[in-house]
Amino acid sequence: MAATSDPFDPDATLWTGCPCGKHASQAEHDAAHTSVIDGTDEDALLSRTVESAVLKGLFGSDANRRAFLRGVGGATALAAISQFIPLDKVKAAIADANGPLEKTKLNVGFVPITCATPIIMASPLGFYEKYGLDVDVIKTAGWAVSRDKSLAGEYDAAHMLTPMPLAITVGAGSTATPWTMPAVENINGQAITLAMKHRDKDDPSMWKGFTFGVPFEYSMHNFLLRYYVAEAGLDPDQDIQIRVVPPPEMVANLSAGNLDGYLSPDPFNQRAVYDGVGYIHLLTKEIWDGHPCCAFAASQAFIEENPNTFLALYKSILDATAYSNNPDNRKEIAAAISPRNYLNQPVTVVEQVLTGTFADGKGNVRQVPDRIGFDPFPYHSFAVWILTQMKRWGYIEGDIDYKAVAEQVYLATDAAAVMKEMGFTPPEVTYKSHTIMGKTFDPAEPEAYATSFAIGRA
Amino acid sequence: MSVPFGLRAGILSIVILGLFLVTWHLLVVAQQGDAAEGLDPAYAALLGKQATEGASALPKPLEVGAALWEHIRDPFYDAGPNDKGIGIQLAYSLFRVLTGFGLAALVAIPVGFLIGMSELASRAFNPFIQLLKPVSPLAWMPLALYTIKDSSLSAIFVIFICSIWPMLINTAFGVAGVRREWLNVARTLEVSRLRTAFAVILPAAAPTILTGMRISIGIAWLVIVAAEMLVGGTGIGYFVWNEWNNLSITGVISAIVFIGVVGMLLDLALARAARLVAYTE
Repeated sequence: MAATSDPFDPDATLWTGCPCGKHASQAEHDAAHTSVIDGTDEDALLSRTVESAVLKGLFGSDANRRAFLRGVGGATALAAISQFIPLDKVKAAIADANGPLEKTKLNVGFVPITCATPIIMASPLGFYEKYGLDVDVIKTAGWAVSRDKSLAGEYDAAHMLTPMPLAITVGAGSTATPWTMPAVENINGQAITLAMKHRDKDDPSMWKGFTFGVPFEYSMHNFLLRYYVAEAGLDPDQDIQIRVVPPPEMVANLSAGNLDGYLSPDPFNQRAVYDGVGYIHLLTKEIWDGHPCCAFAASQAFIEENPNTFLALYKSILDATAYSNNPDNRKEIAAAISPRNYLNQPVTVVEQVLTGTFADGKGNVRQVPDRIGFDPFPYHSFAVWILTQMKRWGYIEGDIDYKAVAEQVYLATDAAAVMKEMGFTPPEVTYKSHTIMGKTFDPAEPEAYATSFAIGRA
Repeated sequence: MSVPFGLRAGILSIVILGLFLVTWHLLVVAQQGDAAEGLDPAYAALLGKQATEGASALPKPLEVGAALWEHIRDPFYDAGPNDKGIGIQLAYSLFRVLTGFGLAALVAIPVGFLIGMSELASRAFNPFIQLLKPVSPLAWMPLALYTIKDSSLSAIFVIFICSIWPMLINTAFGVAGVRREWLNVARTLEVSRLRTAFAVILPAAAPTILTGMRISIGIAWLVIVAAEMLVGGTGIGYFVWNEWNNLSITGVISAIVFIGVVGMLLDLALARAARLVAYTE
């Protein structure tokens, strides 16, 4: 019986008989694999059965599941999936993860930027339909509205920025409301754009007195811009001015001279080049290769009330994210998401962002295939880094338990307990060190990191 | 001068429009910069006309005309939740305005009556009215979104709150200003208070009430565009925002023309209604 084998073992088969095909029966196979639990332990058996069902539901076939588990490792996958799906809650709520959908008509909100590509393209390219859902993707004017509409239940899930759930949870800039984040949407894919009149100031040390735009206070854009100018010796609160400007208004403000530059989501960097009002100074990939940016967020209540629907939705997002990450599909996606119903941008602008073959506004055509990537995995270390920057710039004060907040926001309520019950070690693998402009960030030492900078408020 | 006055005014209007369009056209042509020279064709292919040909971001009048025709030709298409024809968008906005306005009238006119007829009520309500009247309707939006938890209803609420004050104040003013003699006559004839209200006060105050309604609908139509730009989804305000998102000045100008025309028609309708209840003493 496949359900008794460890579903997080890439070699296991959930669907039929012996998982690896080397053994005549499951019992023989089990004997040969120490990671397989003792079938007489009823609690463990129940957990296994539910997890197998969840993984079956998530991946659809052994081939998909194996590829994913080999790619990230079993323990990491368990930690990750436990965050998206509170396994014990799912256990209580569903008998079968492939059960009937509680509802099929869903509204998912997005802000019209290329970060939202997986959420958007899943609609025209049929990824929602594939999993039996009828999803309307609704364009939203900004993240505050997206949050309000999500809280009001108008949206079942929505596009947010990765620092937002953390800020909301610690009560920075809002009343503290716990909000969970099932997945990261995109990595990289932002840029610093400067006005054409600053063509000769292609160096951050010359930016004293500049006014910059960022799309939201609690955004990677704000934190990366601050980090970047501080490395060049400028204090982002004293030497430059940082203003919150909605992305669509960035280009107009740049051409009107209200902004000297901005660190914004695409397509508005490429759009500035397209319209001849700005040039791309640098891609955020060159500050931190692999940084997270936007997130796919759903409320805990939605997940608990509609576990099967959530699984289907999550499956379609995972599927769409993987599809979006494949460079071969990028042109097709650009054509699918450019019309008025979605991004409402010229196709060539979106295509330049997604394919990474783009005009930089300085007269060069650059080839950066990984200008934007799509990777759903929400490392805890991402959250910790964001919190260190919030601390560094005074958005949060006093002592903060970085790990606790990171795990509260990124983890489903009692995933850790489920993991222990499962016999897995705590999820060190959801933390990894990152390199930002040559400086290594160790998620184990957040406080030391937050205070290690020459320029900062911490 | 044998040309009738109306015709002369009409001719003058057309001349003004013509001058405006010609000036606009010339300004756009004057803004046309030089085409960029010596661009690598592979690089130029990735840029827009503004960057390669120095074209102005502002459209010429004829381009706007063509865009307007495109919208009028197929006003009711529906290409998904975020892309609907101008007719559908205007219908959404009109529905919100009329609902909010109607609800406001249902509240404002009776309360205005009460305030106008009773000195006590007038004094008691006055501080609240004075405090709430100057609040920008959009300031209510976050509160509405948070409490009502529905963006479409929130927009209607904002319309409601912005159209209530002019109607309330005008109704109270109209009712309070009914001539004493008429009320005294009614009292002499022992007409009941209710009947006095409907048979004497209402007709007498109607022109003032209608003026309040006309002011209200004008404000409501101003506010709906801003409210829909905030909450998005549907409506003419969302349409403006969506065109702006694409930096399409042509689309924004088309929307301005439609908003103006609809606002004018709303005002015209209430002006007609006001003429129906007008009287001379």
